[in-house]
Amino acid sequence: MGRDVQLLTRGFSPGKALGLFAKAHPDAGGIASFVGKVRPDGDVKVLELISYERLTLPGMDKLADEVEGRWQLDGLLIHHRTGHMRPGAPIVLVAAAARHRRDAFEAVDFAMDHLKSRSWFWKREKRADGWHWIEPREQDHDDAKRWDV
Amino acid sequence: MAVTVVFIGKLADLAGEGEREVAAPLTWAGLADSLGAEIAAAVSDDRTKIAMNGEVLADKAALSASDGDEVALLPPVSGG
Repeated sequence: MGRDVQLLTRGFSPGKALGLFAKAHPDAGGIASFVGKVRPDGDVKVLELISYERLTLPGMDKLADEVEGRWQLDGLLIHHRTGHMRPGAPIVLVAAAARHRRDAFEAVDFAMDHLKSRSWFWKREKRADGWHWIEPREQDHDDAKRWDV
Repeated sequence: MAVTVVFIGKLADLAGEGEREVAAPLTWAGLADSLGAEIAAAVSDDRTKIAMNGEVLADKAALSASDGDEVALLPPVSGG
């Protein structure tokens, strides 16, 4: 199992990261991926994501442990930004390489649900009237609960 | 002899700073006293967690920090 978990402080290219990931797992039967971006609608001018050194990256590694324990994967990639981002900029890339597609799809879905509402990130948006802290929507909590056993 | 209290997200806005040195030893009651009413109320919220030296406390009231410890106050998370 090849694992690539990174907390990024600068802009990144999901296409390039995904290309390298595919190259690193030539024997996988398939790769599923998800790219989360700053939504380019509304009046959001800047999105800021904050991390806490002692928890955020260790928490991402624990999440990767859990994903690897639940699905049969050849490789797992989780890259997550912190800092200031403009609309349209990538925030997160999750990719899973597996022998069979169902494992890859579900692993990515699970990892994203946990990154949205159960990982150590804090998010705020700058709109015309200033900064606003963002909390997960009820839907985000429900999405994560789907996986609880 | 101090404990470093780290404020994150909207708690940092309320505190007006990212961290603060507080006299050790530090308990939950002592923490609430040292923070002022507004931040203490926010930290008392069930959704606000406390981590000591990178370990999230199962029970905030059990906080017991000594000289050199780092206590982080963690508001509700949102990533992705």
